[in-house]
Amino acid sequence: MKNNKPVQAENPDFVDFAITARKYKTLLTKKFLSRKKWENPSPYEIFSSIPGTVVDIYVKEGDVVEEGAPLMTLEAMKMQNKIEMPFTAKIKKINVQKGEQIPKDFLIFELEPVE
Amino acid sequence: MSTKKNIIALRQKKAIVEKGGGEKAIEKQLAMGKMTARDRIRALLDEGSFHEYDLFVQHEEKNFGMDTKDLPGDGVITGTGTINGNPVCIYAQDFTVMGGSLGIQHARKITKIMDHALKMKMPCIGINDSGGARIQEGIGALAGYGEIFYRNTMASGVIPQISVILGPCAGGAVYSPALTDFVFVVENISKMFITGPNVIETVLGEKISQEDLGGARVHAEITGNAHFYALSEKECLQQIKELISYIPHNNEEKAAKVEPKKPKFKKNIENIIPSNPKLPYDVREIIYALVDDSKFFEVQELFAPNIVIGFARMDGETVGFVANQPMYLAGVLDCDASDKAARFIRFCDAFNIPLVTLEDIPGYLPGVDQEHAGVIRHGAKVLYAYSEATVPKITVILRKAYGGGYIAMNSRHLGADFTFAWPEAEIAVMGPEGAANIIFKKEIMEAEDPDAMRQQKVKEYIEKFANPFVAAGKGYIDAVIEPLETRELLLHALSVSRKKFDFRPVKKHGNPPQ
Repeated sequence: MKNNKPVQAENPDFVDFAITARKYKTLLTKKFLSRKKWENPSPYEIFSSIPGTVVDIYVKEGDVVEEGAPLMTLEAMKMQNKIEMPFTAKIKKINVQKGEQIPKDFLIFELEPVE
Repeated sequence: MSTKKNIIALRQKKAIVEKGGGEKAIEKQLAMGKMTARDRIRALLDEGSFHEYDLFVQHEEKNFGMDTKDLPGDGVITGTGTINGNPVCIYAQDFTVMGGSLGIQHARKITKIMDHALKMKMPCIGINDSGGARIQEGIGALAGYGEIFYRNTMASGVIPQISVILGPCAGGAVYSPALTDFVFVVENISKMFITGPNVIETVLGEKISQEDLGGARVHAEITGNAHFYALSEKECLQQIKELISYIPHNNEEKAAKVEPKKPKFKKNIENIIPSNPKLPYDVREIIYALVDDSKFFEVQELFAPNIVIGFARMDGETVGFVANQPMYLAGVLDCDASDKAARFIRFCDAFNIPLVTLEDIPGYLPGVDQEHAGVIRHGAKVLYAYSEATVPKITVILRKAYGGGYIAMNSRHLGADFTFAWPEAEIAVMGPEGAANIIFKKEIMEAEDPDAMRQQKVKEYIEKFANPFVAAGKGYIDAVIEPLETRELLLHALSVSRKKFDFRPVKKHGNPPQ
């Protein structure tokens, strides 16, 4: 495992890596490269916060749903989680079906504002 | 006559129990590419030094048909021996006996040898190869784990504790290794996880292999749970022997001194670091150039390689090295690098190993992922560990020492005993470009040619502040030294620090950030 070979500064694998206002030549780690990029969450998208199975869906596309009304039940870790509407809006798209197993961070509902 | 008969009976009895789970199970163990538990102990310890205890211990479970089951040694071998003359307590789980599963007697054999290690003040080595809790024993198995964790905690900082994962180590069992000082893993053999692939698939629908979930490489490179990674059991045992040579038997002793040797690394220490501060190099070459025989025993080589930690010797005595590694991620501190360095610093402090810090750091890693992963509390561990440590602490600033990174890397302000800087060192609040952008914002914005003005201001800043003399002028740096003087100076600093005593307020214990 020991890599005692001298490392040349001109190694072609070195990339430019910006720390504040300066760029350094360096190697990146596997973990750094596979990190999750941050995206600003849109309030009009509802993601699964835990993986699980869709037990039931109580709304359909086009419905205008009041804040706090139930959208679906997601079973995860033997718990039935009721997903509620975060604010009054219209259901633009539903990306899951009853009985479907979904991973974490899956886009379940797409919403749009009520005119 | 009857004594002779009894002796023969004893030998026969021992021979049966020493076969563990029997020939078939042993064949299976070997077919998996694994050694048997007893062979592992024999291969690790000095020849003929192993003495086994509790060979005839039996389980007491009566339910689920266990009353008719005979489990030789209850699936674990315990004893004492020596490694290159150093005394150790050791236990090895025997996978051939009911999958090395842990029941209460199995656990009591382990806790007994741990108690012994703590009382006799010698390192304790645990070889893990177990399917987990013996379900038939129910809560007795849980009690067993708890009693082991308690002892791991009591022994922490008193005797070195070493965990070797040579097989599965799943569920609660993983927490004993996690509580110990060093964890050894072997490619294709070690498997560590809290919940295995089957449970993950049933509950979450995520499919993953044991190797991808918690194989040796994952723990050596991604999670940081492992400290030493080997391609074979033989290499792994060799690594353990080497580690034992660098560390003391307990917290009241120092590691054994060996014959001092000169570095044999041929490269001139002046030519390792590129003068352009943006170019990388391998900081381990600096270590090779400084230490006895140019031998550096690196710890957690694959995890967070942007910081390098490990043991070496100077004048024959063990020294712990912590060094920023510009070759990876420009040598920044991030969550993982902070965890890695802090735990190592605390180990060295607990076991009387002086610390040498080689610094070339551009700062902390920027990024939402880092901030949200808690780089504040992770980074704080480094400050805590250095400030808390009372062993001799020496810093050499090789090149960059910017901002929070400068403070964190064993600065004078955190209690360093000696701080040296090479002539090319830049000790500053931040990199010259960033600093000039802030300080001369108005001038740059109002200039006819802002870029030219920015460059001029950066140049001015570099000339005035990107050097070691501002910090030396305030006494924050004890001496600006030539690279070629470094080894001599380190040897001197270490030798005058031998009797260091540093006062710490009396307390039950601190509350380090976690």
